Amino acid sequence: MSTPTSKASQPLIFELGQEGRANRYLEEGKPLESFLPKSVLRDDLPLPDNSELDVVRHYTRLSHRTFGIDLGFYPLGSCTMKYNPRVNDAIAMRPEFAQLHPYTPDELAQGALQVMYELERSLSSLFGMAAFSLNPSAGAHAELGALLIAKKYFKERGETQRDKVIVPDTAHGTNPASAAMCGFKVISLPSSERGRVGVEEIRAILGPDTAVCMMTNPNTLGLFEDDIAAIAAAVHEAGGLMYYDGANANAIMGYARPGDMGFDLMHLNTHKTFTIPHGGGGAGHGPLGVAAHLVEYLPTPVVAASPRPNGETGAAPSDRLTFSLDFDRPKSIGPLRSFWSNFAHAVRALAYLYANGAEGLKRVSQLAVLNANYLRVNIAEFLETPYVEVCRHEFVASAQALKRDHGVRALDLAKALLDYGYMAPTIYFPLIVPECLMIEPTETESKETLDGFVAALREIVEQAKSNPQALFDAPVTTVVGRVDETRAARQPDLRWRPPSVAHQNEVS
Amino acid sequence: MYAPHTQRDIEQMLGAIGIESLDDLLRVPNDIALKAKLDVVPALPEYQIQRRFDRFAEKNAGVEYRSFLGAGSYRHYAPPAIAALAMRGEFLTAYTPYQAEVSQGYLQAIYEWQTYICLLTGMDIANASVYDGATALAEAAIMALGTTGRHKILVSRALHPNYRAVLRTYCDGLDVSVDEIAFDENGTTDLAALAHAVESKEYAAVALQSPNFFGIVDTLTQSALDAVNASGTIPIAVVAEALSLAAFAPPSSWGAQIVAGEAQSFGVAQAYGGPYAGFIASTQEHMRRIPGRLVGKSVDNAGRTAYVLTLQAREQHIRRERATSNICTNQAHCALIATIYLALMGKTGLRDAAALNLARSRELASAVANVDGATLKYAAPFFNEFVVDVGAPAEGVLASLQALGILGGVDLGRWYPELQSCILMTATELTTSADINALAAALDGAINVHAHI
Ligand SMILES: Cc1ncc(COP(=O)(O)O)c(C=O)c1O
Repeated sequence: MSTPTSKASQPLIFELGQEGRANRYLEEGKPLESFLPKSVLRDDLPLPDNSELDVVRHYTRLSHRTFGIDLGFYPLGSCTMKYNPRVNDAIAMRPEFAQLHPYTPDELAQGALQVMYELERSLSSLFGMAAFSLNPSAGAHAELGALLIAKKYFKERGETQRDKVIVPDTAHGTNPASAAMCGFKVISLPSSERGRVGVEEIRAILGPDTAVCMMTNPNTLGLFEDDIAAIAAAVHEAGGLMYYDGANANAIMGYARPGDMGFDLMHLNTHKTFTIPHGGGGAGHGPLGVAAHLVEYLPTPVVAASPRPNGETGAAPSDRLTFSLDFDRPKSIGPLRSFWSNFAHAVRALAYLYANGAEGLKRVSQLAVLNANYLRVNIAEFLETPYVEVCRHEFVASAQALKRDHGVRALDLAKALLDYGYMAPTIYFPLIVPECLMIEPTETESKETLDGFVAALREIVEQAKSNPQALFDAPVTTVVGRVDETRAARQPDLRWRPPSVAHQNEVS
Repeated sequence: MYAPHTQRDIEQMLGAIGIESLDDLLRVPNDIALKAKLDVVPALPEYQIQRRFDRFAEKNAGVEYRSFLGAGSYRHYAPPAIAALAMRGEFLTAYTPYQAEVSQGYLQAIYEWQTYICLLTGMDIANASVYDGATALAEAAIMALGTTGRHKILVSRALHPNYRAVLRTYCDGLDVSVDEIAFDENGTTDLAALAHAVESKEYAAVALQSPNFFGIVDTLTQSALDAVNASGTIPIAVVAEALSLAAFAPPSSWGAQIVAGEAQSFGVAQAYGGPYAGFIASTQEHMRRIPGRLVGKSVDNAGRTAYVLTLQAREQHIRRERATSNICTNQAHCALIATIYLALMGKTGLRDAAALNLARSRELASAVANVDGATLKYAAPFFNEFVVDVGAPAEGVLASLQALGILGGVDLGRWYPELQSCILMTATELTTSADINALAAALDGAINVHAHI
């Protein structure tokens, strides 16, 4: 049995319970054979029966073995792990939103459509795009949608020779992976020694085969691509499209907009910038923005609005409109998912926008960048920071010297931080920084928290020099020590099996 | 804003950085600096935000109606213990479990989810989730394209129209064509046509949904499976109503090698379409092509049981353009909800739920069949939804029902021109006899009106 203080492992749910120990959520059902021919029925249903108390204890114990923002500082670069306000969840879980069926006729779902409309309009203004689709389920999903749009756009213009997508070497792995899913060839563009994309370097690879240039700005080193206008102009001159990976949108709100930078397509990760809880790996929500010439290609459906027939008035401009889902979009790439949107997340994102307004969002970016720079200058006192200049919402540090002199890697620093009660930064990304630690504090952390983190990291770096072995052994306070990943990959055990079957497998 | 900074904090921090103002930190080149006035919803204090959403909530009157809607999104009972557990901050506010030592709980829960999906589908392995049922089908097709090196996919026309549309969106990107097989007068896939089509050996995969979009069991017979296997085509099973797995023989029993599904039925809110929980399960041989996260069981440096993300060489952050998929953030929290649902319901509860869905939908079917002018379109065994032919334009009939506070089902004419007079109706354990009687009475009147226009 595991408790918050014990290292005893928690059994699997399948190893608990007794058949027939049922919870009476529903009345007893008749035997299935009374409804269906035996030939279509399953023989057995090998699932455990557990009392509600045992299930509650089981998952509560598992929660005690899981680290979230609610437990401590989570400086995971590129992921924008800011506080997730509870009011957003409370609103999203209201029955009028949570129990609404996706095929509810438009006239009976006006509130849901208005939420989507207000969110879409606000995002379009905030990022300088003509329109957004709320269809994609995450950032990578929106990248796919955007590249499908580009592919279709070029096809309709008779430019099918455009089969190359340019991706800087600092880009996230989803960028090249999304390009490949649309049949594009990926050209990796090395960064300059300033950690940026150079205008001359990109000009050299542009040509009649250029389809899209995907950029993140600020990039994953936390640096603003200050030549962005010239880069966009060059790509456009070559006939290509510009894609903005909005994972780092927390750095620019109220100061710059991708649309004004020259981007034709973009995504947002509302589960980063707009406080949607990441939930241990999703669900996310990836609004996909386009410039005016690409609006027709957006995935279906889109929310259409028209003035209310009787000119009813309300508090907000959108209260004077009526809404519908528009599926009749002949040039659309088609839908990307089963239903319209990760709607519950659209609710959360809009609630967050209401908590801020335009001025508040500007303040968010200011304080996110302030926090990152404050950490950067403090950490630079004892750890190499390869790019010595003002950063945006995140920055990179490197353990290269520690590795060379003491054999201590970024991984060891990360594991040691866990013992101090902090989540580790992102490590080994972006790929161009050796022994990289990518640190993003977000605006919701206080100066005291940042000071505490700096002190811990300073102590760890000192220990790396005096007693590196201690770091190789870290973490020691967690419920398990370092996990054998090689064994996990070489002898994949991806599921529990009933004892008799497991035994057979061992024998054979 | 949710930021804790005092003015003094800001001044001290700017001082430490050695910069004058926040504007200096965030400055961008003048040619691209923001000049427009932003048109974002206004800032409100928290209680006013709630009031604003009260207004939106009021306008979703559909939740108050007696509803017979299904078609890929189902209303099932979800015990409150699910939310109490899943909404715990440790789960809710965690990122993808990259640091295994502080993520053992979530990793174990995903390992349990993978196991539940395997036990329900009869497959060897399952992934940590994909976006939803439709993208699961698209990703399953991509697995098959990679395995076979072929460039076409075959799909039953009795498969969810939205899933087919998403499959087409994804396949367009890969210049892969999608062909459809008709369904026959029983409402099930024309297996003779299917067996004939695969003979070309051009199809990477053939996908069938069971229960299909019309609610009916729709699987490969042994002879159809033999033809599929002989042609080297990979059979994909789609499951849009996961609760049906508690009753029906699992997809493994009729030869499916990959199962693409939607687990929304397992306690996940309908939420106007998302977020839901897609899953992919497969036989062992497809393990290295499966998309997304996989959790494996291993040991720590002291030999204790420990869980960790594994086989990551398939994934975008390692393999980039050669990854099996671009998926990164998936639907972990929805998968957690489904896992807790399955744990609470157990074998007994799940069987009861399945039996009640069978019972209520049959009660609905016989009530509807008794209405003059309404007939059940297909006789084959169904789970909790079925097709009713109302002998008049379904759109008009549904509008009349709506006027009486009833959402009578989904108009099949929306996707099938030959089914303009047909409605897909669903009943679950939450459908009451009062609902059914109200629908039957209203349907009688509605058909009377519309049959005579
Ligand atoms: C820079 C960057 N781009 C793209 C993505 C992919 O976004 P998602 O995980 O929402 O698919 C991420 C996040 O993981 C990211 O950090």
